[in-house]
Amino acid sequence: MKVRFRFAKQGKVRFTSHRDVARMWERAFRRVQLPVSYSAGFSPRPKVSFGLALPTGAESVAEYLDVDLTEAVVIDGLAATLTAAMPVGVDVLAAGELEAGSGSLQQEVTSCTWSIDVGGLDLGQARARAAGVVAAAELVVTRERKGSPVTDDIRPAILSLAEPQPGSSGIRIDCELATQPRGLRPSELVEALGGGLLTAFRHAQWIERDGARWEPIPLPATDATHEKDATHDRSGPGLDRAHRDTRTPATGGAVDHPAVDHPAATVGSASFS
Amino acid sequence: MVHMTLWPRIEPLLAKVQKPARYIGCEDGARVAPPGPGRVGWLLVYPDTYEIGLPNQGLQILYEILNERDDARAERAYAPWSDLEAELRAARVPLFSVDTHRPAGEFDLIAFNLSAELVYTNVVNCIDLAGVPVRAADRGPEHPLVAAGGHCTYNPEPLADFVDLFVIGDGEEVVAEITEVVGEWKASGRTPGSRQAVLRELSKVVGVYVPSMYDVEYDGPALRAITPRHPDVPARVEKRTVADLAEWPYPKRQLVPLTEVVHDRLNVEVFRGCTRGCRFCQAGMITRPVRERPAEQVRTMVSEGLKRTGYDEVSLTSLSTADFSGIEGVVAGVINDPVNCGQVSLSLPSLRVDAFTVGIASQIQQVRRTGLTFAPEGGTWRIRQVINKLIREEDLYEAVESAFSQGWRRVKLYFLAGVPTEQDVDTLGIATLARACAEIGRRHTKSPQVTASVGGFVPKPHTPFQWFGQNTVAELTRKINLLRDDLRRERGVTLRWHDPKATLAEGIASRGDRRIGRVIEDVWRAGGTFQEWSEQFDIGRWEAAMARHGLSIDWYVHRHRTEDEVLPWDHISAGLHKDFLWDDWQAALRESGVPDCRWTPCYDCGVCTGYGIEHVVASAVPPAGGSQGTGQDLTTGGRVPVALLPTRAGVAS
Repeated sequence: MKVRFRFAKQGKVRFTSHRDVARMWERAFRRVQLPVSYSAGFSPRPKVSFGLALPTGAESVAEYLDVDLTEAVVIDGLAATLTAAMPVGVDVLAAGELEAGSGSLQQEVTSCTWSIDVGGLDLGQARARAAGVVAAAELVVTRERKGSPVTDDIRPAILSLAEPQPGSSGIRIDCELATQPRGLRPSELVEALGGGLLTAFRHAQWIERDGARWEPIPLPATDATHEKDATHDRSGPGLDRAHRDTRTPATGGAVDHPAVDHPAATVGSASFS
Repeated sequence: MVHMTLWPRIEPLLAKVQKPARYIGCEDGARVAPPGPGRVGWLLVYPDTYEIGLPNQGLQILYEILNERDDARAERAYAPWSDLEAELRAARVPLFSVDTHRPAGEFDLIAFNLSAELVYTNVVNCIDLAGVPVRAADRGPEHPLVAAGGHCTYNPEPLADFVDLFVIGDGEEVVAEITEVVGEWKASGRTPGSRQAVLRELSKVVGVYVPSMYDVEYDGPALRAITPRHPDVPARVEKRTVADLAEWPYPKRQLVPLTEVVHDRLNVEVFRGCTRGCRFCQAGMITRPVRERPAEQVRTMVSEGLKRTGYDEVSLTSLSTADFSGIEGVVAGVINDPVNCGQVSLSLPSLRVDAFTVGIASQIQQVRRTGLTFAPEGGTWRIRQVINKLIREEDLYEAVESAFSQGWRRVKLYFLAGVPTEQDVDTLGIATLARACAEIGRRHTKSPQVTASVGGFVPKPHTPFQWFGQNTVAELTRKINLLRDDLRRERGVTLRWHDPKATLAEGIASRGDRRIGRVIEDVWRAGGTFQEWSEQFDIGRWEAAMARHGLSIDWYVHRHRTEDEVLPWDHISAGLHKDFLWDDWQAALRESGVPDCRWTPCYDCGVCTGYGIEHVVASAVPPAGGSQGTGQDLTTGGRVPVALLPTRAGVAS
């Protein structure tokens, strides 16, 4: 049985790396004793595959991973069980069984929607430059790859770019960026705009197939309705204290370590459309 | 005092630094009591990077014990790497706790863990980053007390200018006594002039050393005396010892970091102390006697710890885990626990060198059988008798044979260079042993990897070698070159060595007196932090600082001490009689070994008799395979089995 999970990564935990998150999942699977398949060989590893890496420092409500299980499990309630086994700030939003023969996240996802906070530009500059990018037929950038400069056109990877708005820190830019054939990272877009990346927030990953767009969790998923509803209902994973307290009951006057100090405002603005 | 988090000011800085996850805290198991006037706030600092410091068990134990009390709370901090330090200083943000990101200066105590001498400049840097005057004499009642514990405090003098109080020995019980004294000071409002009074009160707590309560007299370069200034301050500070580990099943909630750290696994301490009597080993001398944890408690801590943390590896820690009486039962219990589904691996960080140990290792490392490490320490039987590491050639070869035949492909061997009486034949013996191990490996695998790792020996306080003059950089370099030349064409052996210049700096700090404080401060002011990291280390800073203060490296490091000499740590007691250490030093020079006193009659080192405590060892007999001369035939120690004599043409022996 193959299961796909959707999860959020918000608050202080955003500073962990993709690799750190992978290890959190491995520990969580063992803690809840999920029957994960292991690779054979000298150094057995759990059969888990992640989608597109989220840059360290970015937040997201649309991270995914697929895991192979040795036996069928009940999907219902699994997301909540795993959330309880994860660090504060990582919340499992949905789980769904994958049909046999489904493509990998890496192959299937075609674009992501982002909110990006940019510094080093005033609103007028940001709007002028964004308008320039939207109007341009091509946007050639040079980057270093394996020690030598590579030049390519990133304009085709910018699928949409909204007019920059004043944000809670710096300038807020909402956009949709392609992940293939040439994926574009928020930091590259910000660099092309001449600003500095403050934070990035991934709202969704999309699979475009036959002219339609789908989110990677197969519907109907058992314990999530729609990601936006899920996000709203939770009022931000970092504020989910009641749930945390049941997991690690306070004793001897001690309390759990502090919940994520992330402003609720950022989570509220996650309803990107 | 306003309790506030610095997080909003730290967060934007983290986007600019490497590995920001090491500054966020959020570990599973981390929980702190809320701040309040009724609680003494401890900031426990490991003065090295988060990756090195987070797993430290001593710090985690005290963190839990203090947060369980209703009169204390504890948070943790680690040395920020240079990139974050620069950002913090530019933004005028002080050192902070990773738990709630509160400023270090808000705590009542800033307590450092001292595991190695080369972190001393980081200690000074952390005090400065906390916004506290680096010299203890310049602090007022508004500043936290600066404390330090850990193995290095057995010679506290090099840090005496910077640290208000040192804790000698096990911390579990004494932190409560310190909390009570500091709590009264806090309740009294920390009035002007009260700092001296609270320190004097603390100096009366057994195990606490307050350097400002002692006068130091010199006679030229020599030390004449260190004496208390007041009649109620003890002339000799005795170490603290927890008599029964079973009463302290900590950590109960080992921290699980979100980012990768060293020893990233469940760690369960199976015993404390060691009586194998290796003469170079400070840990083995200062932590006596042996106190085993009951096997049943170890099993519970392992199974509950694995369940709670989700780790797939557990390490049974101690100074020599194969000597643990309950080892076989614990190993079988972990392996056969169905909950672990065969996916949990066990590691023994300090393997004894014998086939029995490898047998245990093969039982537990069903998966990921990559490398095994042994520490013969000396290249010849003669030198191993000098250092009292009574491993026979047969023991090593059987262990290595056993390892390669059971599927391991890499064997790592630890050696010391520069020990007393060492001749070139002893140094070259390292190459001979390593080469023979590779030869054994070739019988079982096509390309065995044997790594010989050579560290320069630094004599440590409270050991029989505390009187020995350390080898110079030139001499250690010459010995390493001897080995490099000898092993140049041996493809199965990789030689690694420790930088002799770093060994010199460690030597300055290891047996230094109070005057070395100025040197440490100068090295720090010149930018010399993270001295254990080769890219940050420059011996030039240490040499320049020694010269500036008119201190001789030769006097402090390379000189043999005399029997009647006052040593800078004579007023600190690990319970060992100084004449026991001297006699053992003389026995070393006679190449005479001493057996492990766990299973042989007491030779009165002074610890058990002096403190009225005893070994807590479940087994009345030495472990299978013998231990440190007990149950072993030592007459054959140096005999090399014929099959292992060098056979290839052109191999120098």
